[in-house]
Amino acid sequence: MSESIARPAAAFQGLRIWWTMLKISLEERLVYRGDFALGTLMRFLPIVTQVFLWTAVFAATSKSDIGGYSRNDIVAYYLLTMVTRAFSSMPGLSTGIARSVRDGSVKKFLVQPVDYLSFLLAARVAHKLVYYAVAVLPFASVFFFCRSYFPPVPDATTIAAFLTSLVLSFLLGFFMEATLGMLGFWFMEVSSIVFGYMLVQYLLSGHMFPIDLLAGVPTGIAGVSLADVVHWLPFEYTAYFSSAVWLGKVQGAQLVWALAIEATWVVVMAVACRIAWRRGTRRYSAFGG
Amino acid sequence: MIFPYTLLMHNSDPSVAAAVSDPVICVEGLAKEYRVFDKPEGLAASVRALFHRTSRVVEAVKGVNLTVGRGEFVALLGPNGAGKTTLLKLLSGIVTPSRGTARVLGHVPWERADDFRRRFALVMGQRNQLWWDLPAAESFRLHQEIYRLEPARFERTRDELVDMLGVRRLILQPVRELSLGERMKLELVAALLHEPEVLFLDEPTIGLDVVAQHTIHDFLRGVQSRRQMTVVLTTHYMKDVAALCERVVVITRGDILYDGSLAEIVDRFTTHKIVTLELDEVPDKATIERFGFPCECRGPQVIMRIDRNRIAEVLPEILGSAGIRDVSVEDVPLEEIVAELFRSDAREAAASAGAAS
Repeated sequence: MSESIARPAAAFQGLRIWWTMLKISLEERLVYRGDFALGTLMRFLPIVTQVFLWTAVFAATSKSDIGGYSRNDIVAYYLLTMVTRAFSSMPGLSTGIARSVRDGSVKKFLVQPVDYLSFLLAARVAHKLVYYAVAVLPFASVFFFCRSYFPPVPDATTIAAFLTSLVLSFLLGFFMEATLGMLGFWFMEVSSIVFGYMLVQYLLSGHMFPIDLLAGVPTGIAGVSLADVVHWLPFEYTAYFSSAVWLGKVQGAQLVWALAIEATWVVVMAVACRIAWRRGTRRYSAFGG
Repeated sequence: MIFPYTLLMHNSDPSVAAAVSDPVICVEGLAKEYRVFDKPEGLAASVRALFHRTSRVVEAVKGVNLTVGRGEFVALLGPNGAGKTTLLKLLSGIVTPSRGTARVLGHVPWERADDFRRRFALVMGQRNQLWWDLPAAESFRLHQEIYRLEPARFERTRDELVDMLGVRRLILQPVRELSLGERMKLELVAALLHEPEVLFLDEPTIGLDVVAQHTIHDFLRGVQSRRQMTVVLTTHYMKDVAALCERVVVITRGDILYDGSLAEIVDRFTTHKIVTLELDEVPDKATIERFGFPCECRGPQVIMRIDRNRIAEVLPEILGSAGIRDVSVEDVPLEEIVAELFRSDAREAAASAGAAS
């Protein structure tokens, strides 16, 4: 019976399921559009304090730039970081996965012929699309008012690299947080782990300050600065990297190299996430569901 | 052993398994053990538990053998914690067993092959498959894609199921606004859209009012007979069993205590019938004693338990006495029989534990 109702072209089917999941998640997110609109505005508030802080720092020093950043660069950097974070941050993803394990709603994905990770990804894309639709206006107006802080619009190659890095940062953020959420299969409560991750993420992603400022910090290994180490870690690709690309801080071979590192981290985290899901569900079903 | 009939109809006899035609569920020696950690009381003990945790093994299901044929409607009965839900979880592949084998529709459930998952459904609890914030119609659409259903066939099935339950106007309303009974009905629709060959239901009528229970009974009976679907359900309501299941499997402490027809449970495990007399007036003590059976009086109503073998001989005599307006002869209620079954097993367990120590 199932053969007669199954249609061929499995790949096409996969896309169709994905599209339906996306549509339904979109509708679900739209239920909470008010919450989104408010959340977007709130996001800009911390930036104001950052701008005041850096204005004070520049006023106190006679130098016109700090770590290669002028006062204008710093403001532009923070604003651009907001854009990257809008792609890479995944509010509620890891805690949501952990909750579904704790309250048992993850069972649905063991019983139905549908993949939980694909489902989460579709839901997250929908989440982001709704967010952008709501956030585009406040974002555009802030960037318009602050346009004097920005250097001239970069060339097409840089813009292409910038956009690529944004898409990769979305995937990286997704797989990192999803893997974190899978820890819920092993620990009853992941919120403290998530908190620890957020702290490291906040420091090393460039969310707090540009990673270039770490260039002068020694690690103890001759010729290797803290910034060199951070460039090899995944964190900066969720905030610092895209902004640095737009501002022309990373160029040429260095840019290609950095994009390759970012893409590699996406693959590594996607595989890690898949392994965590496999092991986690095996443990879950051994433990008792 | 207090109740020798626990051996009767026990399906460890291979001839019983062979008797089932076209088996869709075959379970042999299926067992599931959990390791549970004891959480000691008090702060000092809690601190000690950080370094040394004491654990013990709990056997939720102990070597169950069960064969269910296509189109059977089976009820799993048992007290709380007997292992019914664990058995359903094993059969639907959520849980991997500690020992034993199982085949459902030819598949090993816990391998979770997509081909298997497209052919069965599990309804467990209330917030299961439907999206909380969206109308059920959207969740149905998603199921259409997940199970790869032909649009025309999907719509026909959906409309048919929705009309059978009388919930057509509810499918466009966000699920969170619906009542418990309405949600349960829509959960059932969602579970049946892909026309599963096997359906597992975990307490489908829990917390529902009588009308909703009836609707669900009629619905399940209708769908099951039309599609020749195999249904296994757990329940605590004997009304479900009486309305739906020809076959009853009683599970206690992870083991099958009885496997047979519902009629046989009544037949084998009751020694008495209940005779209710409606008298003209409230009887005095002497009148009651004259009947010669233990009686319970509720005003002019007298309720007696009479040995089944003697009923034919005794009844005319009773009816001959004056002042009887009405009489009814009934079986002991199913609830009572099953409760006695559960209790007898608990007593037996206590007795064997006492003998062992």
